Amino acid sequence: MAKHTLIAYVEDVPGVLNRVASLFRRRNFNIDSLTVGGTDQTGVSRLTVVVETTEAGARIVEANLYKLVNVLRVDDLTHKASLTRELGLVKVRVTPETRAQVLQLVEVFRARVVDVDEKTITVEVTGTPEKIVKFEMVMRPYGIAEMVRTGAVSMARGHEPISTASSVIRTAKNAADSHEHSGISMSV
Amino acid sequence: MKLTGAEIIWECLQKEGVDVVFGYPGGAILPTYDAMTKYPKVHHVLVRHEQGATHMADGYARASGKVGVAIATSGPGATNMVTGIATAMMDSSPIVCITGQVGSKAIGTDAFQETDVTGVTLPITKHNYLVTKPGDIARAIREAFYIAKSGRPGPVLVDITKDAQQLTCEFDWEAAAPKLPGYRPNHTAPASEFARAAELINAAKRPLILAGQGILKSGTTNEVLKLAKTAGIPITTTLLGIGAIPASSELNLGMMGMHGEAWVNEAIQKADLLIALGMRFDDRVTGNLKTYALNAKKIHVDIDPTEINKNVPVDVALIGDLREVLAEIQPQVKKADHADWWAAINLARGDSAVRDIQSLPDSGHLYAAHVINDLWRLTQKRDTIVVTDVGQHQMWEAQYFRHDKPRSLITSGGLGTMGFALPAAIGAKFACPEKDVWVVVGDGGFQMTSCELATAEQEGIKVNVAIINNAFLGMVRQWQEFFYDKRYAATPMTGPDFVKLAEAYRLKGLRCNKRSDVKSTVEKTLAAKETVVIDFVVEKEDSVFPMVPAGADLDKMIRRPKQDVMLESGSDKEWEMPGAALPNVFAESKAEAKALNGRGKAARSSGAARKAPKAAKSTRR
Repeated sequence: MAKHTLIAYVEDVPGVLNRVASLFRRRNFNIDSLTVGGTDQTGVSRLTVVVETTEAGARIVEANLYKLVNVLRVDDLTHKASLTRELGLVKVRVTPETRAQVLQLVEVFRARVVDVDEKTITVEVTGTPEKIVKFEMVMRPYGIAEMVRTGAVSMARGHEPISTASSVIRTAKNAADSHEHSGISMSV
Repeated sequence: MKLTGAEIIWECLQKEGVDVVFGYPGGAILPTYDAMTKYPKVHHVLVRHEQGATHMADGYARASGKVGVAIATSGPGATNMVTGIATAMMDSSPIVCITGQVGSKAIGTDAFQETDVTGVTLPITKHNYLVTKPGDIARAIREAFYIAKSGRPGPVLVDITKDAQQLTCEFDWEAAAPKLPGYRPNHTAPASEFARAAELINAAKRPLILAGQGILKSGTTNEVLKLAKTAGIPITTTLLGIGAIPASSELNLGMMGMHGEAWVNEAIQKADLLIALGMRFDDRVTGNLKTYALNAKKIHVDIDPTEINKNVPVDVALIGDLREVLAEIQPQVKKADHADWWAAINLARGDSAVRDIQSLPDSGHLYAAHVINDLWRLTQKRDTIVVTDVGQHQMWEAQYFRHDKPRSLITSGGLGTMGFALPAAIGAKFACPEKDVWVVVGDGGFQMTSCELATAEQEGIKVNVAIINNAFLGMVRQWQEFFYDKRYAATPMTGPDFVKLAEAYRLKGLRCNKRSDVKSTVEKTLAAKETVVIDFVVEKEDSVFPMVPAGADLDKMIRRPKQDVMLESGSDKEWEMPGAALPNVFAESKAEAKALNGRGKAARSSGAARKAPKAAKSTRR
C-alpha cells in the first residue's frame, strides 16, 4: 500500500464530482485527498486524487475512472517526476511573548503572514503536503485557533504537456470506427 | 420542424428503431403519454408495476439483443424502477429508462412526487441524464441508446422535466448526434499480448475455457467452438453463459460454480490454463479466491478494463471485443487433443452420473428437477426461451434444462432478483413472438410480480408459467438446513390457489402433483391459446446439489447423495459436512461457516444417537 496520485480531466458538467465521489465510495477505494479546479481549456475540469492503494489497485482505480462517461483522461503521476503542492491557512494564537517566535518560524517555512490581530497570526503556507504537516506540528505548541488545507494538486515536471485532453469530439460513428487503445496495460 | 419535447421523445424512439415500450403513466410524464397517441407505430405495453416495466425491457433486450425501453413517471414511478435497473446493470443488459421529473423550477423544493432520480440511480446505471430543456432531449436519448448498447452494455436513464416535455423547440436529429469525448467503449489489446496468449494456449496441458455471457453479447458461439475444437479445450459456462455453447456439444462440460457440476469445479482446480471469455469471476463462480485455480495461468478476455484483475489476478489480459480477439488468436493456436486431460475429466464425470437425480426411479414423488428435465424433453423440438426467477428452481433449470441455442435462457444472475421471471418473460415474448416462452419460477418469486399476469392478459400474449411450488423459500431454506441448524426462520410460505389466481385473471390454470401427469399438463399448456399458469406441487424439502458453501474452496462441494435418499422425506436428511474448517473470504459467510462447522458436529452426534442406520445410509463424501 502506498499513496498514488492520479490526475483526471473531466467534462465540466453538473454532477460530475458526484459521479467521481460515488465511484470511490462504492468501489471501496480510500481517498486521501480530492481537489477539483479549472484548466486552461473551457469546459474541462481537473481533479487530483490521492488514494492509498497497491499498484494493482491503482490500475483498477484508473480503469474505473476511465469507465465514467464524463472522464476524458486519467494520468498516474505516482512514478513520474512531478510537482505536488498544497496550500494551508493556519491561524495561530500568540501572546506578546510568543509573537516573535512564531514570526521567526513562519520565516523558516517561507510561509506568509496574511493577517494579524492582538491575539492571533494567520499564516498562508504552501508546499508539499508533508511540509504543511510539519508546519502544523511546529505551530501546535503555540495553539492553533483554526486551520484549513486545500488538498494536494499535482502536475508532471518538464515541457511535455500531459494535459492534452483529447480535444477531438468523437461522434458515435467515428468512435465506432476507431478502436483506440486506451493505453491501459493491465497484465501482471 | 418545431416539436414539443414530448413529441421529440417519440420521434427519437422511432428513429432508434423502437417498436415496443413498457411503461406506466403518471403526472410528470403525462405530456409524453399525451403525445404517444400521435405515434401509433410504437406499441406501448401498460404494466402493473414499474419494476415490471424495467424487467420487461430487460427481458426484451436479452431475447433480442436490441435495446429495451421502459417509461415511468417521477418519484415513486422512478424509484420502483430501481430494482430492474440494478438487475440490468449487474447482467450488462442494454435498456433505456425514460422518467418524468417535476418542472425544472420545482426541482429541489420537495415538490409532489419529486425524487432526485439521477442521484438515486447514479451507482446502478452505466450513465444517466437530467434534461431540463426540450433542446437537449434528442441528444440525451441518442447518447443513451448509444451508451446502452455499445461496449459492455448496460442501463441508461434519462430523467426529463415536465416543462421540457411541454415546451417546443426545433427538432434536428442529425445535430443531436452523440458527443461523448470521454466515452471509450472499444479497446484493442496490443499484438504482444496476443502472442503471449497464444503461447500459453499452445503450451498448456490441461486448458479450460470459461465461457461467459460476453459470448452471447458478441454472438461468437461458432468462433469459441472453433477455438476449442482446434486446441482440444473443454468448455464450461457460467450461469449467464448457458446457451452460449450448445449443451449438446461434446466440448461443453456444463455449468461451473456454486451449483456447478462436480467434475467441472474439479477440472477448474486442476487446470493449468484458464481462458476466461466474457466472464467476470463472480464469487458464485470462484468460491474461495485464495485457493481458486492455483495451478492455472489465466487469460482474461473482456471488453471492460475494470474487470481485469478485479477478483482474480490474470497473466494475460486481452481487453477488447471478443469477436476481434478470437479472430486474432485463432490463427496462432496449434492443433491439439489433450487426450489425457479429457480422460481425467470424464472419469470424474462418471462418478457424478451415478449421483444424478435423473437416474432415480419414479417413486411417485414430484421433484423439481424431474419437472424441469421433463419440460426440456417435451419442448425439445420447439423453439423455446426459458425465463427463470431466482432460487432453487433457477439452479435446477440450469442443471436439467439443456440449452442448445444462444439467448434461450434468460435469468437474473448478478443481482439475483426474485420477481424477475414473469415480467422478463413478457418482454422476451414481445421480442420473439414466434417462440414459446416458458417461465420457470418459484412460488415465492412468482408472488412478488404476479400482478403482471394482468399485463399478459390485456396484451393477449401467451407465456407458459411453471410454478415450482414447494411452499418454502427453497434456497433460503436449504441454507438454513445446511448452515443454520434447520431453523426455518420465515421460509415456510403459503400462497394463493395458483389455479384460481390464473382464472381470476381470465387465464388458464393447471395443477400437477404427480410425475406421470407432467407430460399431459405440458401438452395441455402448449395447446392453449392464452397464458397458462401451472402449479407444480413438488417435494417440499429438496436441495440443490452439488453445492459449494459460500466462501469455501471450489472443489469442497457438498455432493449429491449417491443413494436414493431422495425417496426419503426431506426432513429425515442428515448431512455430512466437509471436515476441514472453511476458510472465509467474504464477511457475510463468516456466520454461516461458523454455523456450518457447528452443524456438522451436531449432525454427526445427534444422527448417531437418534437413528444410526439412516445416518449411515446417507453418508456422502
